[in-house]
Amino acid sequence: MKDMIRIVLFAVVVLLATAWLESGVWLTFIMMTLYATLLAQAWNMLGGFGGQFSFGHALFFGTGAYVQAIAQLQGGFNPWLALCAAVLVSAGVGAAVGALTFRYGLKGSYFALVTLAFAEVFRIVAVSVGFTGGGVGLMLPLSESAANMQFASRKGYITLVLGFVLAALAVTAWLRRSRFGAQLQAVRDNEDAARALGVDPWRTKLGAITLSGAFMGAAGAFYLQVFQYIDPAIAFGPQVSVEALVGAIVGGMGTLWGPVLGALVLHLLAELTRNLFGALPGINLVIYGAVLVLIVMFLPRGMAGLLDRWKRS
Amino acid sequence: MEALLSLRGLSIAFGGLRAVQDVSLEVARSSLTALIGPNGAGKTTLFALMSGFLKPDAGQVVFDGQDITGRAPHLNARAGMTRTFQIVQPFAAQTVRENIAVGAHLHIAGRSAALAEAERVAVRVGLGDRLDQPAADLTVAGRKRLELARALATRPRLLLLDEVLAGLNPQEVGEMIPVVRAIVDDAAGQGITVLMIEHVMQAVMNLASHVWVLAQGELIAQGTPAEVTNDERVIEAYLGHGTAARLRGAGA
Repeated sequence: MKDMIRIVLFAVVVLLATAWLESGVWLTFIMMTLYATLLAQAWNMLGGFGGQFSFGHALFFGTGAYVQAIAQLQGGFNPWLALCAAVLVSAGVGAAVGALTFRYGLKGSYFALVTLAFAEVFRIVAVSVGFTGGGVGLMLPLSESAANMQFASRKGYITLVLGFVLAALAVTAWLRRSRFGAQLQAVRDNEDAARALGVDPWRTKLGAITLSGAFMGAAGAFYLQVFQYIDPAIAFGPQVSVEALVGAIVGGMGTLWGPVLGALVLHLLAELTRNLFGALPGINLVIYGAVLVLIVMFLPRGMAGLLDRWKRS
Repeated sequence: MEALLSLRGLSIAFGGLRAVQDVSLEVARSSLTALIGPNGAGKTTLFALMSGFLKPDAGQVVFDGQDITGRAPHLNARAGMTRTFQIVQPFAAQTVRENIAVGAHLHIAGRSAALAEAERVAVRVGLGDRLDQPAADLTVAGRKRLELARALATRPRLLLLDEVLAGLNPQEVGEMIPVVRAIVDDAAGQGITVLMIEHVMQAVMNLASHVWVLAQGELIAQGTPAEVTNDERVIEAYLGHGTAARLRGAGA
């Protein structure tokens, strides 16, 4: 209940700020931070609550983006319908990858490597086959209208991505207060003990990766609608995978607000450095890397862990 | 009456090591029995075979009339057989209450009902005042209690306790025995059957009605606690070949 009130408050604050701000720079900042929050929260469902550290979450992101594009370009779908397809297919890819890897008990660094490999396989396939447009990628024709999920102003996109973020927050809040969530965290902390208490680890992790895949797919679809372009390197490359996991780890894994905090802090840092260093390409990744190292060394429970410590003392 | 659990000719080998060889035993309903034996006798391996953590090379495990040989542990837990671990396995990041609730969730879907059940179970094992502590902050004795509480929360019909007294100092053992005793007494009322692995003979003599002795993977003796502690093969298994004769000589 308390979580739900906070989620509603969060939505109100974001909407008020969006309504009040007119500067394109700030609106873009809010949009990209919410988008990063969505990536981080999706990763958090599997990585934070399930303890399965994926290094290839771009797999689900790219699947979402490509399904969103192909359904519109080749299937003639309305983008809103395409969005449903994108979410469902990404969830399905999550379930398929999970079924395979968890069936064979892959954990820890093995799981991370396998997810990375899956993302690379999808990237290479996307380069090689025809219906993805190969290395050239796919371009969405410009046609601004809400029915077409293309908005003249950033405000429309912010509302859309805020909707996804709220759904992700609601699911995460549910993970904290439900049997499924308790079993997932039990599997994370000690799989054998969980099994002895009647928890099916395979099914539990499968549920988590499916949920996680669905939200990554929504993020991919959103990306396509905003930038109207996707290619294999953007869709399945490491950038998105890294952004998702860094946001969650910096913010605090297995918490509700950590990924929100992590995405916000990282994007603030990226903005600041962009002002300091000019448009040095990739500087934000350098910053992410440095922050990640510092957090892992000094704050293994992330910024949310730091807040907890303050609250207690 | 038919036994709740029967093992028939159970064997498993790890490479050249025959950890459990042709073990057969029957656990009667609503009984409290113990499995004892020197270190490395294969007791924990036998537990793992019963509960499905290991698949036997040969033999059968029959629980409540059903052949469950090699069935996955979570399915056995759902059927009513729950084990604890000798090396305690807490969900370290979670509080005592949350730990126990995972067990309670086996039969209770609702979160608040499971947490309430966890609280009741915690009081039974003497963890009532530590509900909100992270499991990682508990002492060894506290973790043993937690292990017990989590298993109890699943409402088992057969509780497999793997050395819940090991690693405790004499005072802690003294405090823990009444806890186990109370659970067993309650258990009798609820028809729970308990099979315990135990090294602490004080506890075995105190609690168990029937004892099996395992040495080098084989069942070498069984009977009441008094019978097995006087059994020559048992004494030799613990203290070395020829000891029984020497002890007899010394006593004469």
